[in-house]
Amino acid sequence: MAMWITRPRNITHHLKTNIGFLEFFKYQRIWLRTSSYSNPLPSNLIAKNYGSTSPPLLRDWASFFTARRYKSENAAKQVVDEEKQALDFLGGSVTFTSDLEFISESPEKKVHCYRVLDDNGYPITSTRLPQVSNEITMKMYRDMVTLQIMDAIFYEAQRQGRICFYATTTGEEAVNIAPAAALTPHDVILPQYREPGVLLWRGFTLQEFANQLFANKEDYGKGRQMHVHYGSNKLNCFTMSAPIATQLPQAVGAAYSLKMEKKDACAVTFCGDGGTSEGDFHAALNFAAVMETPILFICRNNGWAISTPLSEQFRSDGIAVKGQAYGIRSTQVDGNDPLAVYTAVRAAREMAIVEQRPILIEALTYRVGHHSTSDDSTKYRPADEIEFWRNERNPVARFRKWIERNGWWSEKEDSQFRIEVRQQVMQAIQAAERIEKPPLSEMFTDVYDQTPSNLQEQEEMIREAIKRHPKDYPSDLPV
Amino acid sequence: MTVVFLGIGATAALTSANSFDSKKLHISSRRLVSETKSTFFVVRSDGRLNSGSNRRAQILITNAVATKADSSPATKPGHELLLFEALREGLEEEMERDARVCVMGEDVGHYGGSYKVTKDLANKYGDLRVLDTPIAENSFTGMAIGAAMTGLRPIIEGMNMGFLLLAFNQISNNCGMLHYTSGGQFTIPVVIRGPGGVGRQLGAEHSQRLESYFQSIPGIQMVACSTPYNAKGLMKAAIRSENPVILFEHVLLYNLKERIPDEEYVLNLEEAEMVRPGEHITILTYSRMRYHVMQAAKTLVNKGYDPEVIDIRSLKPFDLHTIGNSVKKTHRVLIVEECMRTGGIGASLTAAINENFHDYLDAPVVCLSSQDVPTPYAGTLEEWTVVQPAQIVTAVEQLCH
Repeated sequence: MAMWITRPRNITHHLKTNIGFLEFFKYQRIWLRTSSYSNPLPSNLIAKNYGSTSPPLLRDWASFFTARRYKSENAAKQVVDEEKQALDFLGGSVTFTSDLEFISESPEKKVHCYRVLDDNGYPITSTRLPQVSNEITMKMYRDMVTLQIMDAIFYEAQRQGRICFYATTTGEEAVNIAPAAALTPHDVILPQYREPGVLLWRGFTLQEFANQLFANKEDYGKGRQMHVHYGSNKLNCFTMSAPIATQLPQAVGAAYSLKMEKKDACAVTFCGDGGTSEGDFHAALNFAAVMETPILFICRNNGWAISTPLSEQFRSDGIAVKGQAYGIRSTQVDGNDPLAVYTAVRAAREMAIVEQRPILIEALTYRVGHHSTSDDSTKYRPADEIEFWRNERNPVARFRKWIERNGWWSEKEDSQFRIEVRQQVMQAIQAAERIEKPPLSEMFTDVYDQTPSNLQEQEEMIREAIKRHPKDYPSDLPV
Repeated sequence: MTVVFLGIGATAALTSANSFDSKKLHISSRRLVSETKSTFFVVRSDGRLNSGSNRRAQILITNAVATKADSSPATKPGHELLLFEALREGLEEEMERDARVCVMGEDVGHYGGSYKVTKDLANKYGDLRVLDTPIAENSFTGMAIGAAMTGLRPIIEGMNMGFLLLAFNQISNNCGMLHYTSGGQFTIPVVIRGPGGVGRQLGAEHSQRLESYFQSIPGIQMVACSTPYNAKGLMKAAIRSENPVILFEHVLLYNLKERIPDEEYVLNLEEAEMVRPGEHITILTYSRMRYHVMQAAKTLVNKGYDPEVIDIRSLKPFDLHTIGNSVKKTHRVLIVEECMRTGGIGASLTAAINENFHDYLDAPVVCLSSQDVPTPYAGTLEEWTVVQPAQIVTAVEQLCH
């Protein structure tokens, strides 16, 4: 960054005299490298850690200045410890070696992925099976089924032309519902856009989903945000914003707010594998680590970012390894195993709040559906790959086998439940279609807290235009 | 086209006041001659009230030429300080008043901020409320937005306004939008502030005028301060506002000294400031150019002209009420700004004035701006990119003939 010069313009003016230089140093930000001992910096300008071991020469300088608390400095103080062969740098003590080493670009052992149920719903090890209450287990399953059916029907509705856009979460039901199940209602959630399940778990009704999709006047967003970008302040889920990864630093801000107010809650934010390439991802993780905020970053690694596969997105061993680069504790879980995801998020939440630290969870899953209704994924990936994940690796079917085997659910109850949910979704769609659209005035409110005069004027202009040429405007527009 | 008023209800009484001071909106004329010092309160755009002291107008004229005020401490109440100290005072008062107010930015904590606006605040309020962030403008802006949506009232400091270009995504797509797209469920009461404008040889990247780029974003408000008095008042108003506000400071104005009142005052974000009432021509300006205009005004007065100088202060929305009254009186407008010729504040203001006050103009609106070039580093070249008092004098002479 720049050098800020607000006193005399010329830097050389200051470099002429030592005192002048150091005086100048007090007010400016200059990055200086000293490589020799002959011109050492005063001890007050060196990180606190090393004050006690400063040689006599530095202590003389120190007497010139008042002590200041500089957290990070700009020159190395070299203390060579003959016995340990270690160097003290500002980041800590570093052992040095005469053998040139490069850290490999990929770890020797790939990160292990945590799962507790296998593909057929059998527990992998009965001793370490997490204890999840029956109530939560059944609600998780029911919500996963609801999500599945809701997705299918809304997608069909788009194909029929009743709504203009939809994005399914097919294949990712577990990673939608299980994290929400592991959180409390006080935890603030900032989703990307493929996590309607978190809202569903918290009580967003099918009618409320439909209202947003039909952009009618009952929509909490008042018909302003694009489809699928739900939000509900009473359920503590922030309104989704379309640009990728912008919610990640915002989530750090929300976590910071919770930390300031010392609440027993954390912020939870989602992104996809594609979102991890955005600058905001890196900065958000860095910020969260530096500020020690209670936040969970849940990354749904579903293999595809529209048409971009993982190999073209990043070259690291998944996303969990990136956490360590920022000083963040991370883990990788099988995103299609609801019990594993639930357990991981539970544990992560505990650590985040008690230890006030960020946690990164990578959930491996697969995006069975297309990116959205504007996409046809068979164009860039083989159809049999999609079918494999839809059938053999289906998270809902897998979980169903587990609960049926435990005697908590039956096929009959399942088909009955599915019929009921279908009916509810259809009713919600029909009702939402009939509800009026938001009135024209809602176009101009909420831009600011109070509608300013220029917007009132613009509203008048449009009303007049509609009055004069009613045929040019939609007839069902409530004015 | 009807004239647009900013919703300030009881303004009929204003047109008579010659020494109109926009900080006082009087409903009854009795108060006009009052010299008594009263507590300042906020003038709200919905018409509720305000009053201030008449002396301000006189003090402002003499101070408006970037020289130190010769103050006689014995007679004048209030205290003297520099502009950056005024900003700090406003900030501190608001942090004291509301525990949800916090500051975030690079080096704002123990370093005290690159321009010392947050000096000692970290000592007083702690590391968490005055937060040092890593270097990622888009991300700490995003962080502030998230914190605001969760209930805090953050102030984001960009070390230089130009760096906030990196935060454009968060400011445009989220800050300005989320209140709207969430259907009013979430508010974003952030303040984004920082020094901008052409400094002394800071180079092109550090001399950006972001107000040009940001003015189009719906949902945000923009204000520019120019004196210690309005810096403190606008800072406080911005913090108390429920809307996101961008407060533009100028690198070269931080060391301006002025005497400001001891008692608390908050200014109206949407109001312009009458710097010098006049009859012949309306000169609209803001930030640093105010001082170039006042310098030119001295020359103009000697030549027999009587310019009316208005510091528009509110860049979004424009105070078309004050500006309109002035245009109706003088019938000539000169806009002096630091933005580039293309797409700057002056360009928008010219369009707004032409649309709204066309009938009252005797001459086309003239706008003096910087050229459409990146700001050069060489001192002489840099000086020529910025509008100088001599050019202002020439423009007024041409317009008034």
